Amino acid sequence: MGDFSFAYSIWIPLIPFFTFILLGLAGHILKPRLAGIIGTTALGVIFVMSLYTAYQYFFVYGMVDGVYQKIIAYNTTWLQFTDTLHIHMGVILDPISVMMLVVVTTVSFMVHLYSIGYMHGELGFERFFAFLSLFSFAMLGLVVATNIFQMYIFWELVGVSSYLLIGFYYQKPSAVAASKKAFIVTRFADLGFLIGILILSYITGTFDFITITDPNGAAIHQGSGTAFLGLSVMTWAVLLIFIGGAGKSAMFPLHIWLPDAMEGPTPVSALIHAATMVVAGVYLVARLFPVYYFSAPEALHVIAYVGGFTSLFAAVIACTQLDIKRILAFSTLSQIGYMMLALGVSGWGDHEGVGFMAGNFHLFTHAMFKALLFLGSGAIIHAVHSNYMNEMGGLRKYLPITHLTFLIACLTIAGIPPFSGFFSKDEILVAAYHHDKVLFFVEYFVAGLTAFYMFRLYFSVFWGKEPHYHHKPHEAPATMTIPLIFLALASIFTGFIPFTELVTTDGVPFHAHIDWGIALPSIGIGVLGILGAMVMYRRETNLPEKMAANLKYLYRWSYNKFYIDEVYLFITKKIIFRYISRPVAWFDRHMVDGAMNGMAGLTNLISFKIRGFQSGQVQKYAFVFVTGALALALVFIYLWTN
Amino acid sequence: MRIEDFLLMRHEILLTLVTVILLVLEIFLHDDRKQVIRHWAIVLMTLVTVAGFLSLPEGTLFGGMYQTSQLHQLMKNILNIGALVVFIQGAKWLNLEANRNKVSEFYLLILCTLIGMNFMVSSGDFLMFYLGLELATIPIAAMAAFDKLSNKSSEAGIKLILSSALSSGIMLYGISMVYGTTGSIYFEQVSQLYAGSSLQVLAFIFFFTGMAFKISMVPFHLWTADVYEGAPVNVTSYLSVVSKGAALFIFSIILVTAFRFISPLWQNVIWVISVLTMTIGNLFAIRQNNLKRFLAFSSISQAGFILLGVIAGTQLGMATVVYYVLVYIFSNLGAFGVVAAVSNATGGKENMDDYVGFYRTNPKLALTMMLAMFSLAGIPPVAGFFGKFFLFLAVAEQGYYWLLTIAVLNTIISLYYYLLIVKAMFLTKSEDAIGRFRSDNYTRLGLAICIAGMVIVGFASPIFDYIKSLSFGL
Repeated sequence: MGDFSFAYSIWIPLIPFFTFILLGLAGHILKPRLAGIIGTTALGVIFVMSLYTAYQYFFVYGMVDGVYQKIIAYNTTWLQFTDTLHIHMGVILDPISVMMLVVVTTVSFMVHLYSIGYMHGELGFERFFAFLSLFSFAMLGLVVATNIFQMYIFWELVGVSSYLLIGFYYQKPSAVAASKKAFIVTRFADLGFLIGILILSYITGTFDFITITDPNGAAIHQGSGTAFLGLSVMTWAVLLIFIGGAGKSAMFPLHIWLPDAMEGPTPVSALIHAATMVVAGVYLVARLFPVYYFSAPEALHVIAYVGGFTSLFAAVIACTQLDIKRILAFSTLSQIGYMMLALGVSGWGDHEGVGFMAGNFHLFTHAMFKALLFLGSGAIIHAVHSNYMNEMGGLRKYLPITHLTFLIACLTIAGIPPFSGFFSKDEILVAAYHHDKVLFFVEYFVAGLTAFYMFRLYFSVFWGKEPHYHHKPHEAPATMTIPLIFLALASIFTGFIPFTELVTTDGVPFHAHIDWGIALPSIGIGVLGILGAMVMYRRETNLPEKMAANLKYLYRWSYNKFYIDEVYLFITKKIIFRYISRPVAWFDRHMVDGAMNGMAGLTNLISFKIRGFQSGQVQKYAFVFVTGALALALVFIYLWTN
Repeated sequence: MRIEDFLLMRHEILLTLVTVILLVLEIFLHDDRKQVIRHWAIVLMTLVTVAGFLSLPEGTLFGGMYQTSQLHQLMKNILNIGALVVFIQGAKWLNLEANRNKVSEFYLLILCTLIGMNFMVSSGDFLMFYLGLELATIPIAAMAAFDKLSNKSSEAGIKLILSSALSSGIMLYGISMVYGTTGSIYFEQVSQLYAGSSLQVLAFIFFFTGMAFKISMVPFHLWTADVYEGAPVNVTSYLSVVSKGAALFIFSIILVTAFRFISPLWQNVIWVISVLTMTIGNLFAIRQNNLKRFLAFSSISQAGFILLGVIAGTQLGMATVVYYVLVYIFSNLGAFGVVAAVSNATGGKENMDDYVGFYRTNPKLALTMMLAMFSLAGIPPVAGFFGKFFLFLAVAEQGYYWLLTIAVLNTIISLYYYLLIVKAMFLTKSEDAIGRFRSDNYTRLGLAICIAGMVIVGFASPIFDYIKSLSFGL
């Protein structure tokens, strides 16, 4: 790689960190607008730095002998417990981390810019930007982690900043409840992650990603013997780690927090709950992919099926929701399911590894178009002051830019060429087709559903019957429309990025062509979905009610999100609280507290009895002193000389 | 011996220089301008403290009576920091009407004791050690009696001088027996000839009681409460922190040098004494209402904890002793600083009941007090937690599990009474809380240093690593 040094890349996470410190400590002195500009500028700088890094990595220095190298750009010992146990902090550059740097900084920059307009005049404007910076710092730190412990630390930091941002409107009880729900559910999943990390590092003897994931190394083959319930230790370890990933990426059944998380401000939903944080789970699996593939293929199956099921499940729910942000949230679930599935069905090396490539490809394109959808929905909400589709309609006349960009995003997610979603989704379908026909048909069906529910949203909002607006909706300011336009362009063109030559399982580029045998039917079902939505929602008809009446039970179950929340409530309130928490509380209150109170009483009694020693008379003190000295001397001379 | 060799004693020389400057000022300044001495003293002490951190050669002087190394210098620097904070905290109090005519006395007496402590820490034989010890003790008796007209204060002075005379007598008796059985008073030579005959055990115990008096270990602690209560707050804080710290430093050095070969003996003795000290200190602390008396007993129990590091006798052990003393200086001086500020502002309110509802009227002081209490109790993330943690680690490493268990139990008890104050300040409501008042800049500066110390010393791991790299063990 010559004499070029990537060491500067440490500043990519550090700059937002310092912005956070600055805005956090001095934010209240600054004018809100200035705080916004500082935050946005910082992100702009690291956005450019990331693009530069990506260019240098992919096209100049990253490839050595035809293979993309894993480069440790920066490394420092953070904690040294013992000679063998220490924790490093550093920056790793390899195809997926560089790709993620671009994704995170692009979306984050756009969201910062957008927020200047969207959050204008809100109470706590500078606090919002401080939290956004904190989140960017945490997410970038996670992406560039050189070892799994560093990743875990930033993983938690990401969770905290997500908590803070969901609960940004802390006066609203629903926002507070949502932030707690998100935090608790993901923390619960992180317990699995932590145990997984401990097991993994115990059997491999290292936290270091490069050592663990080296397919020819010793670490990856540790713990491959059958251990428990027919699975090897390694499989258990990576399955537990996947639980952490599933929590953050909101995979079924840990998805319940994501729809509620939409209580946060819309830019936050775009940044955290669509484009970056929720794909952390996918990134985690991609990061450890060699371990999954070589040592724990069973775990890979689990991932594929969890992903496939979640994508179907969420798509069905999305068809019946009315809150536009929730529809987008379920669509996010569904798309992340796609990515997980792609990783799950991937092989290793060359064309076999197309699933891995496709998962990352879809992660990239999805980040762009889903951020666009969320920011677009923000512009809509900004204009009509409501989240509900039935209070919208005919908005295409009032919001031309939003309308056009939103349409592009919908076409992209529906997989219509030449938009980017088509390319990445097509690769996933190819990978699934060659690996598992059941999953292929599920995904094929979901592709149709996706097109349907997205265009249901589109037609209901921008076409349909115009309700009576309190005041005339107006287009958003330039700080909000510029990000929309930028992301729309990204949604159109990112599909042409030759991912097969950049992001592959083993770092070796390969060539792939569009498999029209799969692509054409998938376009077909997408168009079908769009047409269905058009018929039902473009003009006001009674078709939707008829459909709902015909599919009565399915509709009701879907509308209530299959009652998963209720199941959780039942399990926690009726079972865990009643049969576990209460007895424990009783034991704590009566036995533990009782013992403690008894001890305290005894202590008090003794201290009351011995107060006579402290009489205030020096002669008594001297007596005790001398007696003490003599007693000590006698006892120890006796003990010592015998 | 060349003149440059005297530079080894830079700490002592600088302190002596400051003493002389202050004396000259005292003589030549007109009576109503003597308040200036406060500023001089603080500025000069700051310079001395900073100068202490400049690098110095290591070596011995006077044929081994005096020795210095980086560890010794570090210990002296820590004592300097403590004295500096006491200087700063005393400024407001010395400005009161009653003390205006004796401003320089306070600083001069402290400086004298500090010089004594420096010599004591640097001693290479028992003679130098004893001289330093006395120089560090006798002026303190004068300081304890600082409020000449108050009965309690003079009583404190008398009690201190009487008890200290007794303990010095016994200790000298012990030292003379050391000399009698080994023929030497140099630590190095003594260690070679100390095998542990009955007489030598007796000699060690007598020496030990002298140290136990200074560190106020149970049952040699009885003077502590009366003296701490009688003396003015600022004197008490100096006595309980800096003076105790110096004694602990030299104690742990002597044990691993002069008494190296009878380590099982002193480890057993300290085992017993530290359990007694922790427990009895705690039991008495629980019942106190006067905050000075309360802090006196809590400092007894804290000394018991520090003995855990001494007992380990390892490099880690000595490092934790030094580290804990550093932490303890900031925490205890923080607590005393608040007590002094309140006492000065309210004309002597020092009882725990007076602090009820304190947070509502003086939130900053209450938060400082809370931080200090947390640090003393060992609650993360304040420095006190790390101090206790390392102490426990040091004894656990040596396999003293019973001792560790008792120490942990005592920590829990201490938690109770430290939090009692926090509860009084924050949770209990009161109609007649201490009124809102503004502290002067010196008080604020002193407290700010303590807060910074409690936070930074805990978080900055290089500090502990540095101390550990200088320490040594058996």
